[in-house]
Amino acid sequence: MATHPAPLEYNRRWPMRLWLFGVFFFLYAPLVALIAFSFNNSKRNIVWQGFTLDYYKKLFNNNELMLAFANSLTIAACATLIAVVLGAMAAIILWRFHFWGKSAAEGTMALPIVVPEICMGVAMLVFFTRVMPWPTDLAWPLNLGAIIIAHATFCFPFVAMVVRARLESFNHEEEEAARDLGANDWQAFRDVLLPHLMPALIAGALLSFTLSLDDFVITFFTSGPNTVTFPVKVYSMLRFSVTPEVNAASTMLIVLTVALMFVMMALQRRAAPTGKG
Amino acid sequence: MSVDQASLGHVRAGAVEKAKPIISFRNVVKTFGTTVAVDDVSLDIEAGDFFALLGPSGCGKTTLLRMLAGLEVPTNGQILIDGVDMGTTPPNKRPVNMVFQSYAVFPHMTVRDNVGYGLRMDGVPKDLRAERVREALELVQLGALGGRRPDQLSGGQRQRVALARALVKKPKVLLLDEPLSALDAKLREAMRFELSQLQQTVGITFIMVTHDQNEALAIASQIAVMNKGSISQIGKPADLYEFPASRFVADFIGSVNMLEGRLTKDEPSEAIVACPELAPFPVHMPHAVPGNVGAPVWIAIRPEKMNLHKNSVEPPQAPECPSAHNVARGVIKEISYLGDISIYHVAIASGRMLRVSRPNRSRWDQEGFDWGETVWVSWAGSSPIALLS
Repeated sequence: MATHPAPLEYNRRWPMRLWLFGVFFFLYAPLVALIAFSFNNSKRNIVWQGFTLDYYKKLFNNNELMLAFANSLTIAACATLIAVVLGAMAAIILWRFHFWGKSAAEGTMALPIVVPEICMGVAMLVFFTRVMPWPTDLAWPLNLGAIIIAHATFCFPFVAMVVRARLESFNHEEEEAARDLGANDWQAFRDVLLPHLMPALIAGALLSFTLSLDDFVITFFTSGPNTVTFPVKVYSMLRFSVTPEVNAASTMLIVLTVALMFVMMALQRRAAPTGKG
Repeated sequence: MSVDQASLGHVRAGAVEKAKPIISFRNVVKTFGTTVAVDDVSLDIEAGDFFALLGPSGCGKTTLLRMLAGLEVPTNGQILIDGVDMGTTPPNKRPVNMVFQSYAVFPHMTVRDNVGYGLRMDGVPKDLRAERVREALELVQLGALGGRRPDQLSGGQRQRVALARALVKKPKVLLLDEPLSALDAKLREAMRFELSQLQQTVGITFIMVTHDQNEALAIASQIAVMNKGSISQIGKPADLYEFPASRFVADFIGSVNMLEGRLTKDEPSEAIVACPELAPFPVHMPHAVPGNVGAPVWIAIRPEKMNLHKNSVEPPQAPECPSAHNVARGVIKEISYLGDISIYHVAIASGRMLRVSRPNRSRWDQEGFDWGETVWVSWAGSSPIALLS
């Protein structure tokens, strides 16, 4: 059993194991603490007083928080839809056509990814107050429009990147075969290219959804008093005191996000073996 | 047997004279930017042929096929399918179908849906479609696999799906782009035979693009050899092999010993070519050759049409020619044993290597030739091919 580690089996040597333990400890200890203390039966939440689910009950009875949660889900859904359509279209256009300024277009498309989020937030704030003011007195969910547009803006480059990567593995001859067999351009797109892109579209959508759901900085600058999202609400609760309710709310967000990531990974794994036909 | 063949050939020739060509390329040019892929090609293909476009990579053969399918538009010239000018007719409106090099089977559809796709696009009603799909799958011996998905099929089976998918539409011409290149050697051999069987069963004109001369020789009834965007020669496989019109064709199809020389005598019953590399023995042919006396010519001799003789003082007598003609003396430098034949590389006095092949007719070679042995090489008067270009 206790064989010597092979020359390249670094993970079986104790310094490497110690290091790995350190990495995982610093990564996950705060999260574990956060989740554990959401069950703490203590309002001041400094020392462990006992197990309770009271704060989860309180959470679901907190109307403001529930509205913020509904806002977040609505925004994420709408922004995802826009981002997937725009991102996929952009990726396909950049993949299929050669035109003047193509590399410039490709570069600027990735800009929302690299620009610091605080700058994007300020830019959105200025844009929606000075350049194109978004009315604040619209009925729900129209009052969320500004946030939806802002979220779609930073989500769509991610979709475009995922779709672009998937397009690289597309066999052009499949599309030509469809045309050869009697399909027009639209039919060939619908029957051949779209099914090939489906895993990337799903992955891009889930990525967008989680990015939008989690976003704080950009949302903070674009949300008004009636358009508070879940992360922004959690932040405002924090300003009064760190009650277990805040922990519980955060735990909910973590669980939702992690669940979405699992769905994404499962879908991608299922799509992976599809090779060239 | 020979009488049958002759009369059959006659009937065929008579029918061909009346028939219009199913495919006509007229002065077709295709350029990509500054590169000329197809350079003024005119070509007629008769209905019922198994036609091969053969050439090295980049010779324009695939571009020619793609223009026929409508996947590329000619820069200049006309393409007629069954007498109709195709112009810029899109691929979905042409009476031809293609089997792609990668087979391009739709990975997200079952075999049945793949084969039925073309019929669905044509609006064929569902029950009729199912019937024709079943027939097509039976034709390519995939009857039992209709419900499978492409990733559950082998390469050979996927190719059959691609064949069935194209044939189910009953095209006037079936186009095949390097159909056998993705298969392993054994399967390739088997598929060659099957493809020509299939062509005879369905009676559709097949046009195949290939870079593999063996493949073209084995399957095709007519071959067009292409080089640098132009057609070098069109003919039956045996004609191309035995009567190549240029050094390119002689060299590209099969292997050949190419020798440069000068025509010293050209009469109706005898032509003599002096090749410096074969000196002092000239090359004799019992017929006239093109070109003028004194002009440079190239002599091409196939390795299997040369003989090896044990070393002796006097040169051996080559058949069909005067003594001390069509012979060369040299040393065996290398022997490639290929099982059915062996190839001998013989270095002759001038330093030139000659390739000579011999069938291994017995399991114990009675007059074995060995490495380093001095031998005579001879060839019959009918063996050399005289080429001007």
